[in-house]
Amino acid sequence: MARKASAAKAASAKAKTPGGGKNVGPVRRTFAPWNDPAAKPFILFENVTKRFGDFVAVKNLTLGIHEREFFSLLGPSGCGKTTLLRMLAGFETPSEGRILLDGQDVSTVPPYRRPVNMMFQSYALFPHMNVADNIAFGLKQDKMPKGEIADRVDEMLKLVKLEPFKTRKPHQLSGGQRQRVALARSIAKRPKVLLLDEPLGALDKKLREQTQFELTDLQQQLGLTFLIVTHDQEEAMTVSDRIAVMDHGEIVQVATPAEIYEYPNSRYVADFIGDINLIEGTVASVRSGKVTVDTPDAGKLVVQQDIAADVGQKAWIAIRPEKVRIGLGKPAARTPNVMRGEVWDIGYLGDVSTYHVRLPAGTTVKALQANATRLVERPITWDEQVYLSFAPDGAVVLLS
Amino acid sequence: MNRGPSWFNISSIVLGFAFLYLPIVILVIFSFNESRLVTVWAGFSTKWYGELFRNQGLMDAAWVTARVAFVSASIATVLGTLAAITLVRFGRFHGRTLFSGMVYAPLVMPEVITGLSLLLLFVAINFDRGFWTVVIAHITFSMCFVAVVVQSRLVTFDTSVEEAAMDLGCPPAKTFFVITLPIILPAVISGWMLAFTLSLDDLVIASFTTGPGATTLPMKIYSQVRLGVTPEINAVCTILIALVTIGVVTASLITKHQEVERKRAEAAAVQG
Repeated sequence: MARKASAAKAASAKAKTPGGGKNVGPVRRTFAPWNDPAAKPFILFENVTKRFGDFVAVKNLTLGIHEREFFSLLGPSGCGKTTLLRMLAGFETPSEGRILLDGQDVSTVPPYRRPVNMMFQSYALFPHMNVADNIAFGLKQDKMPKGEIADRVDEMLKLVKLEPFKTRKPHQLSGGQRQRVALARSIAKRPKVLLLDEPLGALDKKLREQTQFELTDLQQQLGLTFLIVTHDQEEAMTVSDRIAVMDHGEIVQVATPAEIYEYPNSRYVADFIGDINLIEGTVASVRSGKVTVDTPDAGKLVVQQDIAADVGQKAWIAIRPEKVRIGLGKPAARTPNVMRGEVWDIGYLGDVSTYHVRLPAGTTVKALQANATRLVERPITWDEQVYLSFAPDGAVVLLS
Repeated sequence: MNRGPSWFNISSIVLGFAFLYLPIVILVIFSFNESRLVTVWAGFSTKWYGELFRNQGLMDAAWVTARVAFVSASIATVLGTLAAITLVRFGRFHGRTLFSGMVYAPLVMPEVITGLSLLLLFVAINFDRGFWTVVIAHITFSMCFVAVVVQSRLVTFDTSVEEAAMDLGCPPAKTFFVITLPIILPAVISGWMLAFTLSLDDLVIASFTTGPGATTLPMKIYSQVRLGVTPEINAVCTILIALVTIGVVTASLITKHQEVERKRAEAAAVQG
């Protein structure tokens, strides 16, 4: 609950400063090759299916990822995201379809002949080698001259700020340091694509946030294509150019973090990314970019959206808690969307409070309010009748 | 609850340890006996140890035993390690259960049967019995012990380490030698030591499969004891006990030391 709320917060913060802060230049803001119909994807999964016995891990999936893109595969465990990653690394072969890398079919190329490197979830450091030897391992396989290897290792150690730990063994390092060694090892060969399997899963929250920014920094510095697998939506929101939300071996939606957050295409995506209120109803009218949905909870609600829907069709109004206003009196602003309800529960998180309001037909709507002043006495308390409102452009109508 | 030692506990421990170790202690004490009679104490002496090294028969047998143990343990380690890898890594191939059953059967097979069947085999194929038949016999029964030890290590082995090596451009065969083997080496070595010790003290199987000129130390000791226990035998047994004790203690001290070092390094890493 608390985690989700803070995720929504991080997401809204991100919407204000796209890309997440200092390291984003003006070039980055216009980086959107996926909108260019002439741009050829660098990695292309073409109708890829992967079966393990009777279990279908990936179902007829087509996905293009562009050069220099930071792409996230997001989904619950067992949704096929790791299988997709392992197929690109070469550890699994597709049952059907093919995988193109820079125009070449790599579906059956063994992992040791692919220009991609992977950072493993468990880091998979070689326990019998020290930090420098771990980083040098891939370079040695390429028969790189000794001098160059030493230079590259030093460069990598500097990049991940681990120079003093050069001769340590993996077990003499902390979790965060191990993670950085694994990262240095996987980028030492300058792969065309870096695959990251839950790279930050084992780190604590503070370290994870710091490392997320280091990762985006690094990706832009080196100009690599990053493909990251994660079940942590906050992580995906923070680091990615685009996110693919997966479910049961299929991609549900591919879009930028802001699009995914603001315009989810289904209840599954809306629910998976951040926190959302869903109010069920039927489509009452569709005209000139406005959809009216008749709900048993609050009568007719209006959403500003271009959508192809039939009158009488079942629909859900999806609205993020931070976009719901709460007040004791009738809202002053002129909005067609006003709901009445009773405060059921209040979650105080310090910076924000979440009000759980029960509507007449039984739906609970969460409203998030920033605590702008010190909380001495709550203006709104339990069991109180309140007004909820939201702007027509604050919500989306979902049909599935 | 009273956790202090009661009389019952103390006497149980004393009796238990006496039962286990008293015979060995007596054997060691009498190896330093002056007298030729094994049961009568006639003062301290190390003369039987001197006698022992002049006893060519015993020394020859000891040398045969050492060679048999070394060669059979080495081959058994290679085969046992391969069997363990197959069992752990190849997933559920056809006949896996049968294969694992067959690898572990010698663990519970009565030695007499193993020995007898091997003897029949060697006779049937007209294989001259001697040093190599004992080696082969020892490989067959010690291999499964190596497989058990190595397998238990492989089960906890993180295969993503191998994948990482391949991902970095290392072909599978090379990965085995530069990554997998060094990591599981402690298990392989302890498997070797187990096989070596098993071969060292085997009497039954060696008796069945040996031939002229390949008498092992346990066989020699057994045949001499039948003519009466001499202090020389006590001496050779004491030396064997000492060797085994030193081996076991050293191995456990090394493991303990490594563990302590690792813990300290980890604690240091966490701090900074």
